[in-house]
Amino acid sequence: MVVTKVDLGGLKMATPVATASGTFGYGFEYAGALDYSSLGAVTAKGIRLDPWPGNAMPRHAEVPGGLVNAIGLQGTGIEHFLDITVPHYMAQIPDAPPMIVNIWGGSVDEYAEVARRLNEAAATAECAAIRAIECNVSCPNVKEGGHTFGQDPAVLNRLVSAVRAKTTLPLIVKLAPNVPDVRPYVKACEDGGADALSMINTIPAMVIDIERRRPVLANVTGGLSGRGIHPAAVKLVYDAHRATKLPILAMGGVYEAKDAIEFLLAGATAVAVGTATFSDPSAAQKVLAGIVEYCERHGFSSVSDLVGALA
Amino acid sequence: MVDAAARVAGHEDIGSGYRRLIFEAPEMAASMRPGQFVHVRVPALEASALRRPFSVFDAADGRVTVLYKTVGRGTAALNSVRAGDTVCVLGPLGRGFPESCEGVALLVGGGYGVAPLHFLARALKAAGHGDIVAFIGGRTSNDLLAVDRFRALGVDVRLATNDGSAGAKGLVTDPLDDELARLRDAGRRFELFACGPDPMLKAVAMRAVGTGAKGWISMDRHMICGVGACYACIQKTVRGNSRCCVEGPVFRADDLVWE
Repeated sequence: MVVTKVDLGGLKMATPVATASGTFGYGFEYAGALDYSSLGAVTAKGIRLDPWPGNAMPRHAEVPGGLVNAIGLQGTGIEHFLDITVPHYMAQIPDAPPMIVNIWGGSVDEYAEVARRLNEAAATAECAAIRAIECNVSCPNVKEGGHTFGQDPAVLNRLVSAVRAKTTLPLIVKLAPNVPDVRPYVKACEDGGADALSMINTIPAMVIDIERRRPVLANVTGGLSGRGIHPAAVKLVYDAHRATKLPILAMGGVYEAKDAIEFLLAGATAVAVGTATFSDPSAAQKVLAGIVEYCERHGFSSVSDLVGALA
Repeated sequence: MVDAAARVAGHEDIGSGYRRLIFEAPEMAASMRPGQFVHVRVPALEASALRRPFSVFDAADGRVTVLYKTVGRGTAALNSVRAGDTVCVLGPLGRGFPESCEGVALLVGGGYGVAPLHFLARALKAAGHGDIVAFIGGRTSNDLLAVDRFRALGVDVRLATNDGSAGAKGLVTDPLDDELARLRDAGRRFELFACGPDPMLKAVAMRAVGTGAKGWISMDRHMICGVGACYACIQKTVRGNSRCCVEGPVFRADDLVWE
């Protein structure tokens, strides 16, 4: 019997497999399409203080090996999220897996306020599923003084510290992949009091309709996800793991167990399935089954023994 | 909602690039309602490819039937599916049409947009609603689908083609406008139900709003998840950015905001 439980910076996960933000709605949308007991956590779609309309259409383009999206973080705001969405998730999903809430904002203060509200709500029975915060510092829509929060270690440190001050929930920081060296950002998160890192976010990308000579996305640019980004993500997880003791939630092109096991061996503590869910809603379930089978075959008694276990 | 590994019971070319695909999916067929759709994993595409949404032509006797036109990479790859193959089908998805109607039910369809209207006509008839007129349009007579199936249900069918090769020459809204005038003169109530290309849908929605009648408009959008999780298939409505896959695909005509 392989032990599947892992501890992601204080977030107790029954399995090392989560869903990635933006690909699994608010947790309940796929009810009926997979076995939720295979999920160590679900990650809710990015939420901010106030409602946000997102980008104009078209919002996505299918490309070989993946998907380019520019949804633009459409959401109803924290109040509706706490009053309606989280209770609905808990009512719809029996034994609902812990929820990681992905947050974003236009300012450090806004992030901090959202974190404070989540911290407060997580202590109530209605929102008890909330178990961790994932701070999104790497969406192209999130800017401060012309710089994305995740593109300047000093700004990142200030943000993480401010959020940390407002919450005792496990704090995960989702890093940008498009930096020359991930280590200063990892250190900024460590020094700011983060409990874990998640990586990678989508890679900035663009698709052009050559017949119309126009960008396909209304937003012009978007983020690339899916199979094609997986090796790049493995490399970044490997780099980050060597630079820190913080546990890592790895995502980027996990379609099957092999992809997840690569992440674990590169140093991730847990993995998230994202774009794969769109083609196969039960992809996460199959990934977990494959990880367990791998552990049995290779004589690992616990999934956590795989973390960073490159020979 | 289930993700069924469905056996393909039939797949035929019905001419002019249109095909009919039949899945054996008893649980899904039993709960499918008119206007809902299925999200299909196309076997011949790479495993990571997105699913393709199809509205349902009929669901009965454990089988779900869709009509589609080969328009892109996904539908072209779907052509290679054979009877006996297994295909992953997610459904039922979305909000369909209401299955009751005050007055005459006016169904307006273009191309493969007739598919959900056929399922609706059958449901309305089964509910004892006799007064149904279907307006079926297309570029040529080859684009008029399932006309016999509507007639077999006892539906009054009016046709229109752009080139005049069948029915009235012009837009499907031409015979619709004639009927609207007759109903107005007779003081009769009606509701509009539409599925087809956007310009046709807008024209029908405008007529619903203009006459104060109820209009039910089925929107066709590219989708990613099909279940409301990704927020890619946005339709602007009076409530803001609505998801076509769960808040639609059938919207009230007076909720829609046209760009």
